[in-house]
Amino acid sequence: MAGDAPLLEVRDLACHFFTLDGVVRAVDGVSLALARGETLGIVGESGCGKSVTALSILRLIQKGAGRIVGGSVRFEGRELTTLSDDEIKELRGHRISMIFQEPMTSLNPVLTVGVQIAENVVRHTGAGWREAMDRAVEMLRLVRVPDPERRVHDYPHQLSGGMRQRVMIAIALSCDPQLLIADEPTTALDVTIQAQILELMVELKEKTGTAILMITHDLGVVAETCQRVMVMYAGRKVEEAPVGELFANPLHPYTRGLMRARPRLDEDAEAAGRRPRLQEIPGIVPSLNRPIAGCAFAPRCALATDRCRAERPELEVRPGGHLVACFEAGRDAP
Amino acid sequence: MPPQGPWTFVRRNPTIVIGGLLMLFLVAIALAAPWIAGDPLKLAPVNRLRPPSERFWFGTDQFGRDVYARTVHGARVSLVVGFSVAIAASLIGLAVGLLCGFYRAVDAIAMRIMDGIMAIPSILLAIALITLTRPGLWVVIAAIVIPEVPRIVRLTRSVVLSLRAQPFIEAAIAGGTRTPRLLLRHILPNTLAPLIVQSTYIAASAILTEAGLSFLGVGVPPEIPSWGNIIAQGRSFFLIAPWSILIPGAFLAVMVLGVNMLGDGLRDRLDPRLARRM
Repeated sequence: MAGDAPLLEVRDLACHFFTLDGVVRAVDGVSLALARGETLGIVGESGCGKSVTALSILRLIQKGAGRIVGGSVRFEGRELTTLSDDEIKELRGHRISMIFQEPMTSLNPVLTVGVQIAENVVRHTGAGWREAMDRAVEMLRLVRVPDPERRVHDYPHQLSGGMRQRVMIAIALSCDPQLLIADEPTTALDVTIQAQILELMVELKEKTGTAILMITHDLGVVAETCQRVMVMYAGRKVEEAPVGELFANPLHPYTRGLMRARPRLDEDAEAAGRRPRLQEIPGIVPSLNRPIAGCAFAPRCALATDRCRAERPELEVRPGGHLVACFEAGRDAP
Repeated sequence: MPPQGPWTFVRRNPTIVIGGLLMLFLVAIALAAPWIAGDPLKLAPVNRLRPPSERFWFGTDQFGRDVYARTVHGARVSLVVGFSVAIAASLIGLAVGLLCGFYRAVDAIAMRIMDGIMAIPSILLAIALITLTRPGLWVVIAAIVIPEVPRIVRLTRSVVLSLRAQPFIEAAIAGGTRTPRLLLRHILPNTLAPLIVQSTYIAASAILTEAGLSFLGVGVPPEIPSWGNIIAQGRSFFLIAPWSILIPGAFLAVMVLGVNMLGDGLRDRLDPRLARRM
């Protein structure tokens, strides 16, 4: 990334929701950068602001519910937060595509999958329908839907969940986007299909050079697909590192907690007949509708000190391209 | 789905088939009226109040007019009113409903207007409209359409509101789809199933309302035979000539039954939750 400008640069992004219970600071000063062809994972529990961050990049937060209240989003050198509605619509599905969590309901039930792929092509490239339908067949072949010439005329209900997610990927990649935002693309799929879809995404990324922003709560998905990971908690970034570094040397107590909360196949322990109990992170994500004094994770953190409760830790640079926001970073739990 | 023979369709959807056949029969006689029946307006005082016979299948009324000819011609009015009202109310209601469901600002205003219209009883509105203009078929249709529109608007709006929250609509927005296309290609086709069902019920109720209006003398002008005005004119002679009321009444009942059965059948067929059970 050294020297040239990143493909996507988000700086101090804040997206707040204005509800009757007060202002919910769903995303509160998040920065991230993504180079061309790179994959960045965003992980965190439900409600930590992962999806809102992604939606904010494309300005898909529903008007009236939430608003981007600060920060900047630069994509290919253009500021997205100040584009007109028409300009941002031009970008969506074309330069930046998005795939969603629910493949079962993310396709329109009354249109054939071919039409849904072709529609995006017609919309953004000015191609004719005939040409676009050829492109749809080509895309279905690319995402390895068997018998694409016939499948292109199928309706979504004739396809399985995995096939539908392949179709969603086909739609997303149909206009050769520079950036693909994948919001928990495999959460609703069973594990074998999940592995196939991830493999497909990694392979297509190699082929097309599309950068991916991979939003997930599954550290396994991150390990398989990403080059860098950022961990979010309560609307803020708490840690960021290259993927190998993060797994080898997690610094934030929250990240460490997430790692301990994963089931793992530990053959030695299995053989000895003792499988260690999974460790949970006690407590729940704090509600974001009032300002949090100090570190948001402090109430759930075994290492929390008085300073943690009073003062908010800022991101610090550590060796190995590691960023962490914690006063007690790297210390072991007592 | 395995290929279905016509018999499988009949066995699975008896209501559609029976309702459809009834309607087909009534549409056929309405279309063929000039050829299968005589002049419904021809007065023949000599043949007043004749009971059904070989010459007058359904008897004659107090002016000697052939009740068969009048009933068959009356089917035309009922069908025209039923279909026109259903189509007009659906189109207007669909357009307003789509906008209401999609744009909050439109919703707030248009729905209050719809609430206002719903408060007007259709019979009274028809009477008012007809006293203001010359009576005619189109005035009757307009008078029935206006109070039916809000029902379609509410239905469409509620479907659009729930569709808007569907991931495939979000996905379409995330793909940069322009608003007109989003409304017409992604939202509209998904509202059609409940709308078609609702419009059949509206057709049935329009047919009844027209008969009621004609009975009260505020419907179609008396020179056009309609089941409502045939019954109205025959009511003074009910005891002497009951056929001039019972027969058009029976046709009215059969037509409403046919439309409702068709509607019920379509609902079962188009509602995926009910369809799966069959």
